[in-house]
Amino acid sequence: MINLENISFDHCIKCTVCTIYCPVARVNPIYPGPKQSGPDTERLRIKNPDLLDESLKYCSNCKRCEIACPSDVRIADIIQTAKWKYSPKRFKIRDFLLSHTDLMGTLSTSAAPVVNRITGLSLTKSAMEAFLNISSKRRFPAYEPGTFRRWYGRMKSEQEAFSEKVIYYHGCYVNYNDHELGKTVVRTLNKLGVGVTLIPEKCCGVPLIANADLPGARKNARYNIQSIETAVEKTHCSVVSTSSSCTFALKHEYPGLLEIDNSAVFNKIHYITAYLSRLFAQGPVPELQPVNLTAAYHAPCHLERMGGVIHTLDLLSNIPGLKIVLMHSECCGISGTYGFKKECYDIAQDVGEELFKRIADAAPDIVITDCETCKWQIEMSTPFRTVHPIMILAQSLGVYTF
Amino acid sequence: MKRMETDVVVVGGGATGTGVIRDCALRGMACVMIEKNDLASGTTGRNHGLLHSGARYAVNDPESAAECISENRILKRIARHCVEDTGGLFVTLPDDDTEYHKRLVKGCRAVGIDYEEIDVSAALKIEPNLNSGVLTAMKVPDGTIDPFRLAASNVLDAKEHGAEIRTHTEMVRCIISGDRVVGVLCRDNLNGELFEIYSKIVINASGVWGRRICETAGVPLTMYPSKGSLVIIDYRVNNVVINCCRKPFDGDIIVPGDTVSLIGTTSKKIDYDRIEELDVDDDEIEVLLAGGEKLIPNVSRTRVLRAYSGVRPLVSRSGDVDGRDITRGIVLIDHEAENGVKGFITVTGGKLMTYRLMAEWAVDLACEKLRVDVPCTTHERPLPGSETPSNRPVPHYFDGISKSVLGSAHYRHGERMDHIFSKDKKSYGLVCECEMVTAGEVEYALKNLCVKDMIDLRRRTRLGMGPCQGELCSYRTAGLFNDLGAADEQTAIRMLKDFFEERWKGVKPVLWGDTLREIEFTYWIYQGLFGLGGVPDEDEPI
Ligand SMILES: Cc1cc2nc3c(=O)[nH]c(=O)nc-3n(C[C@H](O)[C@H](O)[C@H](O)COP(=O)(O)OP(=O)(O)OC[C@H]3O[C@@H](n4cnc5c(N)ncnc54)[C@H](O)[C@@H]3O)c2cc1C
Ligand code: SF4
Ligand code: SF4
Repeated sequence: MINLENISFDHCIKCTVCTIYCPVARVNPIYPGPKQSGPDTERLRIKNPDLLDESLKYCSNCKRCEIACPSDVRIADIIQTAKWKYSPKRFKIRDFLLSHTDLMGTLSTSAAPVVNRITGLSLTKSAMEAFLNISSKRRFPAYEPGTFRRWYGRMKSEQEAFSEKVIYYHGCYVNYNDHELGKTVVRTLNKLGVGVTLIPEKCCGVPLIANADLPGARKNARYNIQSIETAVEKTHCSVVSTSSSCTFALKHEYPGLLEIDNSAVFNKIHYITAYLSRLFAQGPVPELQPVNLTAAYHAPCHLERMGGVIHTLDLLSNIPGLKIVLMHSECCGISGTYGFKKECYDIAQDVGEELFKRIADAAPDIVITDCETCKWQIEMSTPFRTVHPIMILAQSLGVYTF
Repeated sequence: MKRMETDVVVVGGGATGTGVIRDCALRGMACVMIEKNDLASGTTGRNHGLLHSGARYAVNDPESAAECISENRILKRIARHCVEDTGGLFVTLPDDDTEYHKRLVKGCRAVGIDYEEIDVSAALKIEPNLNSGVLTAMKVPDGTIDPFRLAASNVLDAKEHGAEIRTHTEMVRCIISGDRVVGVLCRDNLNGELFEIYSKIVINASGVWGRRICETAGVPLTMYPSKGSLVIIDYRVNNVVINCCRKPFDGDIIVPGDTVSLIGTTSKKIDYDRIEELDVDDDEIEVLLAGGEKLIPNVSRTRVLRAYSGVRPLVSRSGDVDGRDITRGIVLIDHEAENGVKGFITVTGGKLMTYRLMAEWAVDLACEKLRVDVPCTTHERPLPGSETPSNRPVPHYFDGISKSVLGSAHYRHGERMDHIFSKDKKSYGLVCECEMVTAGEVEYALKNLCVKDMIDLRRRTRLGMGPCQGELCSYRTAGLFNDLGAADEQTAIRMLKDFFEERWKGVKPVLWGDTLREIEFTYWIYQGLFGLGGVPDEDEPI
């Protein structure tokens, strides 16, 4: 039962810095934290898989522990792998539903108004809590009718006319829940002289990983990398994504946790702000209108993990009139599907509490964050509208108005 | 001078001595065991804890092999929480001759060891980290045995049957009257006090120190001490015992032991006056790691935790022999028959895993002399903690106590774990995070398992034996000793210091890579932050 590939636990010097930085361990005394859940008990699980602790389920895979670790121990990877590898396989309908965001999206968008009404009903909420262990306190993301891809279909020929193009990996969220973001990305890139191509894609796998379905995540990863490889080989285009977690998965979870080789296209995949800030750096910087707003910026954990925050800030710093109040680096709590679970809802809210307070103290006009689930969490837990940085840029470029 | 009386005095608290005292107590004799240091602090705590199937001796020493397989079966039954039925493999390395494999098969068959010749692919399935280039493979019923737990459980049972156990008590010499040993003069090593224990029989079970004990009774004993060194790998790189299929040589075996793996062993004959010098030489470490890597290539990528050595108590009763070719047989000497000294028995040689049989023989002889007509029962009576089959599910105590913590305590103490966890939630606070030792386990050990200091506690619990080698648990433990009234503040601080000195002794030979980083960090905490280096040694005034 020894995984020869991830023996990074062996480098742990027990300094406990990771546990100090773990947002879940801070608020939940039952969760022993990354050190114990990761490197410490991995040694015991190798001895006897029965020693798997149930408390591993509290890890939200936010990866903050990995950023903190001075020994480069892939703590969160060890934990996610352990959940899957050592646990008796039990099918949980709740985890299945939460983790198959693409399937749920396909089913829901065709009947979006109905689904939104239903998931908003308190009766449904209590039923979901009783039967599915999905927290009734969680506000469900709304589904939009139709899909972003369908909209794009009508734009396709227009996009092909551009000489310079990028591939847009839109992810489940844009396709099913937020067409506006997708449309704005297309308009923004077009304004900058770049056309947008879509390729066949599946859910990046992040929710599958979080729900201990590594084989399922691996299947999606293989599909996505193959699709990207084929497209990149043909077009030499870059791939951009507006979801920090999707990007993190495509670039880092695939080779690290899922053991899927993405080296052929690794350098081609970018989080959108990294791509754009490079574009801006190459010049010429397009003409930008002032956006006279005070915005609180929250950096998502996965963007921090891949060192991407600097690009978002860099990009936003070009926008005249925009006043950014940088929030203290911390987790908002939701961590994807984590905050939907009954047993994790309160933890998620406790984790986010500091952030919500700081946002309120900043008294912003708007909140900016790169991650869709952080957006849900902040919008549910504070009175502030929360947007993707691209929306602000689009406003400044005159292709979108609030 | 204080003076005690008893039927039997047992000298030595290794596997043999603790086995003897238990056997005596179970047969209803009044008995006292003395150990100059701690239980299993001699050779018993310094080996690889292989529960031999006998296969390692099947070619050259069928008599030892037969003893092994018979005791192997018994211990799997009576000492469930001290042994792990991992199974073992014998593999022929790519450069070795497959001829030995055939001889081994023949040897095993002759002795009655249940071997099974298997395909290399099947062996790789059993042990995925095995060198995939091995030529032959065969399965044998090897297992592992934890010497610390074994000694402690024997003592626990002995105590519960009326025996008196005195650790940190040294036998200074035998007390002789005419042609008879009538007792022993002892020194309490904790306070220096001398006292006498008078007895009808003294059983010398002091391993390689046996010659010195015999000398004080005026009888000769020729020992051929052979030093063997081992290295410990940070985690279990293998889950079954892996042996090289050829004549035993240095670095030819990897044994999984609880959470770690051990590579063994070298063999060097040493002078008798150097049996206390247990240094591990660089060349030994090199040989062991190279040997281990041949069996499990992953060894080269893994942290080496420690290196240590022990001295085999080999005896020559006849001619001159040395090192590995000597028989590992049990040596039982009735000094009355052999040297005309009454009331004195020596039992030594043998192996860790034949301790029970050695005890049985020695106590049978003592019973015969004392006319005690009670048969031995140790072959069927489970040790405390091993009463019901080990596949009993780990009991659930209350929410918030995790399986890794419960499972580790159960693994170490078997059924006696019920004495460790109470409804008091303080009892499951973790003290040692690498090996999951709780405050409850520390308290239990302090009260029941003859623990005098932190080093003793380590042997009862694995506290400080994991990757951090005491970095996180030691100061908490020193505090607990004080809280539980087992040490005043100054003593607790000194214990802490001694504990680190002991830990570092084993780490020093392997200071590179992650082990070096770990120790640097520990040093920074304890020296830089706590100023432990400023604490005076025992003999310096404060
Ligand atoms: C490197 C190595 C590897 C081995 N591997 C294995 C293995 O895998 N499996 C196996 O079965 N066997 C193995 N052995 C053999 C086994 O370890 C020994 O045979 C066995 O532990 C001996 O136990 P003992 O109780 O007789 O001696 P010891 O454990 O040495 O006990 C003697 C005790 O007597 C005490 N003592 C000494 N003098 C006095 C005194 N004056 N007063 C009071 N107390 C005193 C000592 O402190 C000591 O604790 C190995 C040995 C070595 C060296
Ligand atoms: S991934 Fe996040 S929740 Fe999980 S252990 Fe690391 S810091 Fe804690
Ligand atoms: S931060 Fe890294 S080295 Fe420190 S305890 Fe955590 S995993 Fe170990």
